[in-house]
Amino acid sequence: MTQIRPQARSVVERSRVLAAGAAIVGAHFIADTAVFVLGEEALLFVDKEARERRVAVHAGAILASAGGDARIITGGDDGAVMATENDGKPVAIATDAKRRWIDRVAVGPDGAVAWSAGKQAFVLTRNGQTRALDLPSAAGGLAFLPKGFRLAIAHYNGATLWFANAQSAPQMLDWKGSHLDAAVSPDGRFLVTAMQEPTLHGWRLEDGKHMRMAGYAARVRAMSWTADGKGLATAGSTQIILWPFHGKDGPMGKAPKMLAEHEHLVGIVACHPRQPVVAAGYRDGLILLAHTDDGTEIIVRNPGEAPVSALAWNAAGTVLAFGTEDGVAGLADLA
Amino acid sequence: MPEKIPVTVLTGYLGAGKTTLLNRILSEPHGHKFAVIVNEFGEIGVDSDLVVNADEEVFEMNNGCVCCTVRGDLIRIIDGLMRRKGKFDAIIVETTGLADPAPVAQTFFVDDNVGRLTKLDAVVTVADAKWLALRLKDAPEAKNQIAFADVILLNKTDLVSSDELAEVEGRIRAINHYARIHRTQRCAVPLGEVLARNAFDLDRILEIEPAFLDSNAHEHVHGHDHDELRHQGHDHAHGEQHRPAGAGLKHYHDEDMRSLALRTNNPLDPDKFFRWIQNLVATDGPQILRSKGILSFKDDPDRFVFQGVHMILDGNHQRAWQPDEKRESRLVFIGRELPVEKIREGFQSCHA
Ligand SMILES: [Zn+2]
Repeated sequence: MTQIRPQARSVVERSRVLAAGAAIVGAHFIADTAVFVLGEEALLFVDKEARERRVAVHAGAILASAGGDARIITGGDDGAVMATENDGKPVAIATDAKRRWIDRVAVGPDGAVAWSAGKQAFVLTRNGQTRALDLPSAAGGLAFLPKGFRLAIAHYNGATLWFANAQSAPQMLDWKGSHLDAAVSPDGRFLVTAMQEPTLHGWRLEDGKHMRMAGYAARVRAMSWTADGKGLATAGSTQIILWPFHGKDGPMGKAPKMLAEHEHLVGIVACHPRQPVVAAGYRDGLILLAHTDDGTEIIVRNPGEAPVSALAWNAAGTVLAFGTEDGVAGLADLA
Repeated sequence: MPEKIPVTVLTGYLGAGKTTLLNRILSEPHGHKFAVIVNEFGEIGVDSDLVVNADEEVFEMNNGCVCCTVRGDLIRIIDGLMRRKGKFDAIIVETTGLADPAPVAQTFFVDDNVGRLTKLDAVVTVADAKWLALRLKDAPEAKNQIAFADVILLNKTDLVSSDELAEVEGRIRAINHYARIHRTQRCAVPLGEVLARNAFDLDRILEIEPAFLDSNAHEHVHGHDHDELRHQGHDHAHGEQHRPAGAGLKHYHDEDMRSLALRTNNPLDPDKFFRWIQNLVATDGPQILRSKGILSFKDDPDRFVFQGVHMILDGNHQRAWQPDEKRESRLVFIGRELPVEKIREGFQSCHA
């Protein structure tokens, strides 16, 4: 086989892959143990010594997952919100009274958990109470703000900011259309949503000023903040689209950086936790690392049979976990 | 690429018999395993974790146009179902009796994840033979469902006389010249006539040809496409269920909804055509429920096929024109208050 990107260095031989036996829909780390979220029922734990452990968590499809606070939170079509620790049994955090699908989950600072089902969002407060908020539509995305037990919820015709511990009324941020994902900048100044159209929408939270980020080929299904919190890397194009958020106005009036162009769409992105590097997974199975300063590329995985569907870094940024729609789970050792 | 999962959309005004058909599909042995998206739990007699309740969230797109809508809940549900894709081989979406089928159909063209993993197979409408004529007068939803259909089950035929039946069939034909009509009692129709129709498949857009059969039957009988001929023969084996309009049926004109067919032997200029059709759907898209076409472009050895729902168009080069095949362009529109003369003139101006 000829090398597809002759200018790029390859570290393909540094990956260990295994067959997960089901589509992989998410990846996380607990310390140095990679956790692959399977499309149905189970989590697959793979530790540093390559020991595998499969843990049955849901009775059906796993619809959403989030990592944090040394545990993995998942939501399923069985109506359950589960928390699974590295060596423990899965624990049900909540079960929807009507057994509705748990569409989205999020983990906040100090381990706060939020989820959505039907046209409602829920949070579990620190003293173990569940609080609910009615929404104008089903939630498209959930993201905690870095401070203050505050949840951003993307939905039809805008987003809602909710102080889940307070009695104050939720704050509505209006923008026409369907908002399907939410990301809050690490400094808490910006909320970005991915729309049904191939665009992003953003609000500067201090004054509600709108930001539109357009030019994508497809709906943006993945967003990731850079290590310094000053950039938002996004999928949805044949390149990694990296929006600058360092100025007062965020990306307004600025062009994004475009990195690692390929003939297939980027389906998923994950920023390195320490360095100015973005990992991107493409529809054809290719995985690249791109340096955000000079655009240098490294090949982590050659194209395969199916789209890359999950990427996650360990906290040190030495291991990249990846998963594909056809059930390939991999660990690339980049130390 | 893995095979896309086919999706059948089941519509029908309240009380027409949609649930009867759904229960038949779910209970009869046919070797398929379905995931079913229903609008109301409890109506169907099957308890399965592959039966999902939908909210019918119709979302407008950000362009502010009333016809550019998708079913937001469907995007979410299909994404969830596809995580279990080994467990079923087809999906059925049941809509409420008052639903417009367009947002469902548009979801498959607008959302790239839905379009990548699944394909719209056909819109199947169940209609009540006794009440449809009345509903067409007082319920715009019922008319939409007839206009949009690829397959129509004219159900409860035992409750009407043969005159009444001919009358209601004529009313249907006045709106939608191209759907296959099956006369049924308790939705008794071979399921192969309802499922796996490929009505939205660009490779099968020949399905519009029954329209031309009506206006020019001889040509069709001596036609060129063997697949299509076999298809016709097959249909008649089921006993006159599919009847061309004009063969003894009364002719009606619906006041506002109608079908329009255009054809020409003159090769088309592709630039002119694309500019015209895009302009047409941009301005008149809200009125055009569906469009389909087979096109012969000047100096182009391949047939170009396209289809549209309101403002959303999908088209492709399909295959080479055969040496013995008449190079002819054909277009069909189904819509409300279609600007007929404007469309005719516009199409004429696309000649190369
Ligand atoms: Zn429109």
